[in-house]
Amino acid sequence: MLIRIENLRYIYAPGTPLARTALDGVSLELHPGERVGIVGQTGSGKSTLAQQIAGLLAPTAGRVLLDGTAAYERTAAARAQRRRIGLAFQHPEQQIFEQTVFKEVAFGPRNLGLAEAEVAERVQWALEMVGLDPAVFIERVPFALSGGEMRRVALAGILAMRPDVLILDEPTAGLDPRGRWELLGRVGSWQAETGMTLILISHHLDEVARLAERVVLLARGRVAADGAAGQVLGDSQLLHSAGLAAPQPLALLEALRAAGWPVRTDRLLPEQVAAEIGQAWRQRSRS
Amino acid sequence: MNLLLPGMYVAADSPLHRLDPRVKMGAALGLMALPFAVHTLPGSLLLAALVAALALLARAPMLALLRTVRTVFWLALLMFFFYFFTTPGRPLIAWGGVGVTVEGLAAGATQVYRICLLVVVASLLTYTTSPAQLAHGLEALFGPLERVRFPVREMVLVLTIALRFVPTLFAEIEIISKAQRARGADFTSGGPWRRLRSLVPIFVPIFVSALRRAEELATAMDARGFRSAPRRTRLHRLSLGRNDLVACLVVLTAALLILGLERWM
Repeated sequence: MLIRIENLRYIYAPGTPLARTALDGVSLELHPGERVGIVGQTGSGKSTLAQQIAGLLAPTAGRVLLDGTAAYERTAAARAQRRRIGLAFQHPEQQIFEQTVFKEVAFGPRNLGLAEAEVAERVQWALEMVGLDPAVFIERVPFALSGGEMRRVALAGILAMRPDVLILDEPTAGLDPRGRWELLGRVGSWQAETGMTLILISHHLDEVARLAERVVLLARGRVAADGAAGQVLGDSQLLHSAGLAAPQPLALLEALRAAGWPVRTDRLLPEQVAAEIGQAWRQRSRS
Repeated sequence: MNLLLPGMYVAADSPLHRLDPRVKMGAALGLMALPFAVHTLPGSLLLAALVAALALLARAPMLALLRTVRTVFWLALLMFFFYFFTTPGRPLIAWGGVGVTVEGLAAGATQVYRICLLVVVASLLTYTTSPAQLAHGLEALFGPLERVRFPVREMVLVLTIALRFVPTLFAEIEIISKAQRARGADFTSGGPWRRLRSLVPIFVPIFVSALRRAEELATAMDARGFRSAPRRTRLHRLSLGRNDLVACLVVLTAALLILGLERWM
């Protein structure tokens, strides 16, 4: 699905003393199968942008086009396009309401009007995708699961709708480090398996560096930068001006460079940093 | 949040914000009782004008304030039709044994007017008075009841906590309903039964989180050594100023004028 965002503006509570501009003229084009990271400080408009793409908020000005159809419309065509978008809010486990894991995950597919056999198949598939054994979990009460398991059930409920676009808003918030990287690994493989567009919203730049090929940096409701992940996340000055701290690997390489080591600083993943340091070390010992 | 919610406090500076909470609560109570004593059109209009003037004085956004009435839309509609169909009088139209009367129309409209005024006055009170001030004012107003062993402070605490969480609850309903809409939930089509059932995916998570929050709040109060019994001292003590007396007089005079008008018209 091609997502075109044209000059999008959004103001919360307009006309009251609480009015606040969340998006202030955002234009973007997100292509099918892209892995995009949207980063920015708290309050920079990331979550509002996600809800705009999912057609949950009416733009104050500008528009969001999903394959050419305005996302926020009351027409059947717009509804059909919206159903191709899966949005996981922050702490998605808070939306759980059913008595069994099966029913919870089946809620979305049933709303799509699928046959029961297809629904069952999708629930199986989605639970496997999030790493929960269907045979064990299907009949369990979701509220009795652990926090991490509930998060995975909630995500399965969204995956089971087989969205063309998956938007994850801070998917790892509140998980322990191991749960974090495991979940991110899974997200990467969902994307690879289904070829969907992945939009990852986060202020953990290390996580974005791991998953995204393109990064959009938001600051005060505007696009401050948009480009290849290495380019945006490798620019510590740019990140700093948008109120973000550079990712750890970048900070390390910059410190090494300042200490006189011949390293490149546009490396974002730990293994790339290791290779870079190794190379610099060999180069130094040769001379 | 796209609208001003009933029960929402907005920290601003206006003559109404600065008034003593006791005065505001007394005036609000009076203004909420008044519509039930007013039966003529001029009286009703005057009363509405008085409330509008107060809203102006509070620098409240008029449209947003009016929109708070939306929350009682169904109740108002129900009241309207109840009076509309059950008031005897001159028949306007009659079909299928159900008579509709001119008096019914007037009575229905009066009920809607009363409900709307109640909501607007209550919203205006909470808009200009912080929950802490409200609690303080209530405690002062009902203080004398402590003599007869009525647990005033406990009741006020419960009320304050409830008020404090009204906006939180509304914000949560909004987020959860969006999350379920993103999963293809539809709250707007089908018959009444289907619509009611479509709310289950919203209300179950809301109840779950409200219960969890209540438990966390109780733990937090415990951890801070909160006990209900002792009499507390205050950082800010209430004292009636000149403006408060003027406000009392103005509202009282206006109320008497409207009532007097009712009598002599």
